Amino acid sequence: MLILNCPYCGVDAEETELSPGGEAHLKRYGPGSSDADFEDYLFQRENPKGVHFERWRHANGCGKWFHAARCTMTLEVFGTYEAQSLEPPKSIQKAISKKRPGWSWREFS
Amino acid sequence: MSNSISHANTPFDGYVTVSEDAPSGMLTLRGDLSSKPFVTALKKSVSTDMPASCQIVHDGQMSVGWMSPDELLILTAYDQVAGLEAGLRKSLGKRHFLVADVSDARVSFTLSGDKVREVIAKLAPVDLAPGHFAPGAFRRTRFGQISAAFWLISETEARVICFRSVAEFMFNQLSTAAHLGGEVDLWS
Ligand SMILES: [Zn+2]
Repeated sequence: MLILNCPYCGVDAEETELSPGGEAHLKRYGPGSSDADFEDYLFQRENPKGVHFERWRHANGCGKWFHAARCTMTLEVFGTYEAQSLEPPKSIQKAISKKRPGWSWREFS
Repeated sequence: MSNSISHANTPFDGYVTVSEDAPSGMLTLRGDLSSKPFVTALKKSVSTDMPASCQIVHDGQMSVGWMSPDELLILTAYDQVAGLEAGLRKSLGKRHFLVADVSDARVSFTLSGDKVREVIAKLAPVDLAPGHFAPGAFRRTRFGQISAAFWLISETEARVICFRSVAEFMFNQLSTAAHLGGEVDLWS
């Protein structure tokens, strides 16, 4: 069972209290963008075995969206952080490097 | 306000008693609770202290529960709620805020008995072990498959609130969890 700490209310929320929101840090390509960029934005998703970044919502709780960094293979959670972040905080990137040396995910590593 | 209809006129007597409360006044208040001037304005109408994260505070007049970083639930007597709402609108004035009377949208239940912790633990994914969830804590979560919030009034009494539209479902599942013979005796 996945347990994520909600950064807004501090509750250790069990998976059934949360709604998944898909991949984190997607950059939106809207009107005026190239077809390739728009297609990537709509359809291309990471599907790693290992380090992954996701969006979750504390739906049966404080209702806030947040980000989580976790391992899809072991369900180990490296950390959670605010929705208003364009990239994973340095502290979380460091924690991942410690446990998964050489990791990379999209433009982060 | 509308005529609210009770779903369960008779309390359920199991190893914990489940009863639907008489209508109470409830206000949802949203705004920037991290702003000092906002809280100062708020306190002109709200008599209690501000609750810390995931807490509920009470005084003789009202209870205030922490719903999220920008939302409070204010509980008061049913006939006081209109006055309190008007007072809040006046004291918050032109600030950015939302206040809504949700008295008829929600319903509250009281659980009483020695094993209230156990009955809640059967339905909600929350650590209710004594010492982990004390009176004063306020938790939004789910009970079975519906959203709800609860707090302990004492070690033998708890209050649960949920949407009125699912009141009957809530009453039934609380009653089932509290059924005689269903004791787990986890913490006794
Ligand atoms: Zn939360």
